[in-house]
Amino acid sequence: MMLDAPLTPTLDTDADRDTGAPAQARLRIIDGDVHPAARSMADVKQFLAPRWREHLEVYGSRRKLGMGYEPYPKSAPRACRRDAWPEGGGNPGSDLDLIRKQYLDAYGIEYGILGPLGVSGQSELNQEFSAALASATNDWQREYFTKPEPRLRSGIVVPSEHAEASVAEIERCADDPAFAQVFMLTRTSEPLGNRRYWPIYAAAERHGLPVGMHVFGSGGHPYTGTGWPSYYVEEGTGHSTSCQAAVSSLVMEGVFERFPRLKVVMIEGGFGWLPALTWRLDKVFERMRDEVPHLKKRPSEYIRQHIWVTTQPMEEPDDRRHLIDTMEWIGWDRLLFASDYPHWDFDDPFRAFPAGVPAEGKRQILAGNGRAVYRLG
Amino acid sequence: MTWMPRHVVAKAAEIPPGSRKLVAIGERQIVILNVKGELFALSDKCPHKGGSLSLGKLTGAVTSSGPGDYAYARPGEILRCPWHGWEFDVRTGRSWCDPKRMRLMNYAVTVEPGARLVEGPYVAETFPVTVEDEYVVVET
Repeated sequence: MMLDAPLTPTLDTDADRDTGAPAQARLRIIDGDVHPAARSMADVKQFLAPRWREHLEVYGSRRKLGMGYEPYPKSAPRACRRDAWPEGGGNPGSDLDLIRKQYLDAYGIEYGILGPLGVSGQSELNQEFSAALASATNDWQREYFTKPEPRLRSGIVVPSEHAEASVAEIERCADDPAFAQVFMLTRTSEPLGNRRYWPIYAAAERHGLPVGMHVFGSGGHPYTGTGWPSYYVEEGTGHSTSCQAAVSSLVMEGVFERFPRLKVVMIEGGFGWLPALTWRLDKVFERMRDEVPHLKKRPSEYIRQHIWVTTQPMEEPDDRRHLIDTMEWIGWDRLLFASDYPHWDFDDPFRAFPAGVPAEGKRQILAGNGRAVYRLG
Repeated sequence: MTWMPRHVVAKAAEIPPGSRKLVAIGERQIVILNVKGELFALSDKCPHKGGSLSLGKLTGAVTSSGPGDYAYARPGEILRCPWHGWEFDVRTGRSWCDPKRMRLMNYAVTVEPGARLVEGPYVAETFPVTVEDEYVVVET
């Protein structure tokens, strides 16, 4: 017995997909958030000096995880799509052949920008180890991903609580075109506009690299401003609050006055929060301007000029016009498509957008903006 | 009663309890599930964003009458999309959160002896049927 057909929304991108032409000829796609994984730590360890290899084996990763909270599995094993596990073993995101088959080739991805998470050198409490592990992670990305697959570009992972070492790492990697951005996390030990991070922004600006700020982080703070919620469903939405804290801090501290060519990309926090935050910042700024006299423009102007946001996980309001209005307000030139492959909350570039997004705006989001923001030369 | 095409899609022995099989009927991808001896046939493509349900996990239905009260029922009868975790009732194809709009096509599925199938009016297409075996038949 046939029931009603499922009400799959009619997507104009589906039409793009069904033309029969090779995917790359139809829609250019630059993906701002792809997560590589190591088959095991041995892949990364080989790039550590023996002293740090032994340190990792004896003492391991020590980060401020907050009440020992290491939330896995999150909704799905390793928080990954259940169809992203390589048949030959290893973690999702560790098998380049599967990444090509299931993602790069299947969707005709022009560039995917990698963002390594987990034990990658961000916010290790031992700062020298943090620096060594960040370097090893960058070498591992190059050898395992960007060298064999030029469609993949990576972020320079920095030991963000150790600015001097972060700058040294940026200098070490910046000349390699395989690196498209500097990669940080939103939950650092201080708000991201704090001066301790300024040397990182100076180095990024000097090299014309955007700074990607991805949700998560081991700075010791929960993802809300009021403590640890009970449920993962709250974490999934709460990441946007860490993005808001980061944007507020960057603007109010005067980071964009000091670094007028700095580009910042907020990654994986969605984007629906940005208009309300901006309205609120403008409102309070107009009443308390003398507290932050170093700001020469309204917060909204700094945000409009310096902040980009990736789309994933895209909000899905009942009335799609509300989402399209939000996108329009933020600016078709400020949104960057991101899939989060291979994680479970993956956004499919052909199906994530609601019907009604203007074709030109979609082209900008899918690739035009990424080409302008990331260093893809 | 309208005549529905009936398709022989597998030998019954291919889909023992606890297993599943993805089959194609024309353009349609259909996942056949054997939950404790009972067969279900559902469209494979998630109506949310297109994940393949044949790779999804079967779970139970967690319900609650209010904070602090939890019940776990119908183990193995909820199929979750491998991507975003949408829950679908294998008996109805309807999703838990949006049962009217987000639903899978739900096909009648039976096991038939080969002896009956050779009489017709079944659409065996390319699937060879012998009288000795039993077969999974999906009605579309």
